[in-house]
Amino acid sequence: MSILVNENNKVLVQGITGREGMARARLMMDYGTQVVAGVTPGKGNQTVLDVPVFDTVQEAAENTEVDTSVIFVPAPLVRNAALEAIDAGLKLLVIVPDRVPIYDVLEIAKAAELNGARFVGPNTLGLLSVDRAVLGMMGGRAKTAKEWFKKGNVGVTSRSGGITSSIAYYLSRSGIGLSSIVHVGGDAIVGTPHPEVVKLFQHDADTNAVVMFGEIGTTQEEQVADLIESGQFTKPLIAFIGGKAAKSGTRFSHAGAIVEGNRGTHESKVRRLREVGAHIVENFDDIPKVTAGVLANLK
Amino acid sequence: MARLHEYKGKEILAGFKVPTPAGQTASSPDEVLAAAKALNKPVVVKAQVWTTKRAAFGGIQFADSPEEAKAKSEKLFGLKVKDFEIDTLLVEEQITIEREFYCGIIIDDSAQCPVIIFSSMGGTGIEEIAEAHPDKVAKAEIDIQTGLRDYQARNLVRKTGIHGKLQMQLAGVLVKLWQAARKYEARSAEINPLVLTGDGKVMAADCRITVDDYAVFRHPDLGIDIARELNRPPSKLDKIAYDVEKDDYRGTFYFIQMEQDFSKDDGFVGFHGAGGGGSMMSMDAAHTQGFKLANFTDTSGNPAASKVYRAAKIILSQPNILGYFGSGSGVASQEQFHSARGLAKAFIEENLSIPAVIRLGGNGEDKAVDILTTSTKGLPAPVEGYRKDDTAQFCAERLRDLVDKNVLEPEPEPGRRFVKPSFDKPYSFATLTGSITFDHGACADCDHKVCVESCIPEILKVENGVPVLAISEEDAKAGKCIECLACEMECIYHGKRGAYIDLPIAGLDEYRREVA
Repeated sequence: MSILVNENNKVLVQGITGREGMARARLMMDYGTQVVAGVTPGKGNQTVLDVPVFDTVQEAAENTEVDTSVIFVPAPLVRNAALEAIDAGLKLLVIVPDRVPIYDVLEIAKAAELNGARFVGPNTLGLLSVDRAVLGMMGGRAKTAKEWFKKGNVGVTSRSGGITSSIAYYLSRSGIGLSSIVHVGGDAIVGTPHPEVVKLFQHDADTNAVVMFGEIGTTQEEQVADLIESGQFTKPLIAFIGGKAAKSGTRFSHAGAIVEGNRGTHESKVRRLREVGAHIVENFDDIPKVTAGVLANLK
Repeated sequence: MARLHEYKGKEILAGFKVPTPAGQTASSPDEVLAAAKALNKPVVVKAQVWTTKRAAFGGIQFADSPEEAKAKSEKLFGLKVKDFEIDTLLVEEQITIEREFYCGIIIDDSAQCPVIIFSSMGGTGIEEIAEAHPDKVAKAEIDIQTGLRDYQARNLVRKTGIHGKLQMQLAGVLVKLWQAARKYEARSAEINPLVLTGDGKVMAADCRITVDDYAVFRHPDLGIDIARELNRPPSKLDKIAYDVEKDDYRGTFYFIQMEQDFSKDDGFVGFHGAGGGGSMMSMDAAHTQGFKLANFTDTSGNPAASKVYRAAKIILSQPNILGYFGSGSGVASQEQFHSARGLAKAFIEENLSIPAVIRLGGNGEDKAVDILTTSTKGLPAPVEGYRKDDTAQFCAERLRDLVDKNVLEPEPEPGRRFVKPSFDKPYSFATLTGSITFDHGACADCDHKVCVESCIPEILKVENGVPVLAISEEDAKAGKCIECLACEMECIYHGKRGAYIDLPIAGLDEYRREVA
């Protein structure tokens, strides 16, 4: 098992004819992902990397069994692309681009909720289930993705793209294998934040422990602590929270303070996670060592 | 976040027919005088700065006559509040306040929707009020598809114990605040205080709106010159950097200056990160080695090499930095030799006199380190490149060691010795953001033509023994040339100078002359 993606997902690449879309379609296919279609409006009736390109997602859905979309279009066009994919009945979207306006993300979130779809991102490097499939640009090239990420039973969820691969690589290098690794996305509103990912890991038989890279801002890490407290997440959690040195209390309004209360700071995240028994790592380079210790205690 | 000043926020509210006090902005004492005369009644003069508790530093002044307003404004203009110098005042009619309320809208990350908050008590200390009197505060989630309806707003106000006509008036303002927030894509929008005046009107006495940085491009009418989260007006270098990023969607370039007036004895270095999380950890590593950071920079998301080059040039425009620290997550998915070429080109043009340590871990890291170190060998200061198995901590230690040993003076005017090469037989074409020139005089004698071989998009060919475009000039300019810088940098790597890529940065030369 694994979470979110495996070799059975039938994947559409929106923006497959562009620079990033084409390069990452190659990565995904080389790694083992079934890429069955591409969409670029106005560029249908051709093939890219032997994959048929359609003008609309609806057309792709009528002609293939596509169930997942990875979006590589310029940020101002993301809302339309995502709504199109949701409307065509796709159930998993990975929105890679950075700088998607936040109200666009809210509209996507609402449409996804109403249609029973899920999205990861925006501003995500993507996700990868080791030796099975990758969505997005995790690893950059299939060959390096195979070298860097080794199979095993630790899940990774991270709010930073580069850190997702670096944690996964440093764990693999230390002999700790991975089930799935997820970059939830770097923005304030993301479709599948940490608490959603750990719930998926909870139900994944291949995952015995989870490493989480958190950051200041938002309430994602506190929500994970809430899940541990309420017994909805019971596997060991190893967590590192970045941004300790950054100025705390940077808020842009009173409204933020009223809604979030004392949540959102480095201190609040660490305190809440400690309270519920998560393993907090102080020094980033110690993540493999601490994880190894936690896994040893499981046996 | 792109914050708007009070007056701008009030203009927006007025556009949605939310009553605001009569008034106008002034940027000199004489304008204050004229504005007060035009109002022809007692006025309040309010400093336009992004800070709370303006009254505490005298940023809000009451005056009975235009002359008094002018006199008081003279003390405000030029006053420094934190990093902010007051240059604009809002001159408004005084209003009589019967009662104060608060209302605000924010995007809630856990609910994934906008949330509206209304409090029947407003004014200074609203956060404390909300904590002490939860019954006075009501919150509701807003459906992004349907928006805030009038009855929902009335119910919200009702929950704080307000009824009748006042409930109607307040609810009307809430709906309009939502419409304004939605139209201008506000991350937050607040009216504090929202007041009931002596003559029974509900009026916005203050307003703070913060627009989503990523949506600023859709609102040119707001006149936001830099969509960045800053506690001060953008510096000249901030603006130069923002202009580089504004229209270039190939990856991300984020730059903010953190310190400006320092000497070479203060221990500052330039910082160039890649990826938010990795940058934060790398900054921590630099701090551990006792460095202070002059700037924060992040180039990530597979940026064009030309973007990384411009970032490096901008970082190196800061006088008196002692070193250059480049470090991100350490295991980048993007091909790192693009960044290596961008950095090497900048370092060569600057004739680098401060040590640089760059962590280039990730795809193509061996090639990246080789490009960076080989091409910069002859420079006055050392340049070291590292890979994914080298930690940020280790790289920061390396920089400490090199900075401590460096006997060269930091350049007072970085890059001043660099002269664009003039070629005998130039052959040029334009790219998306610059131009490439080959020296066909020199190229004729070159037999390896690495420029053509290394060109990633394969848009060059050899014709009559010299490199030329294999595609049309229009296509090259439209983006077929991806500005990977390989042609120029591979030529340099092989010890020659047959190509030069000109990547102008608007305003940078002028800035450098100014700070020198």
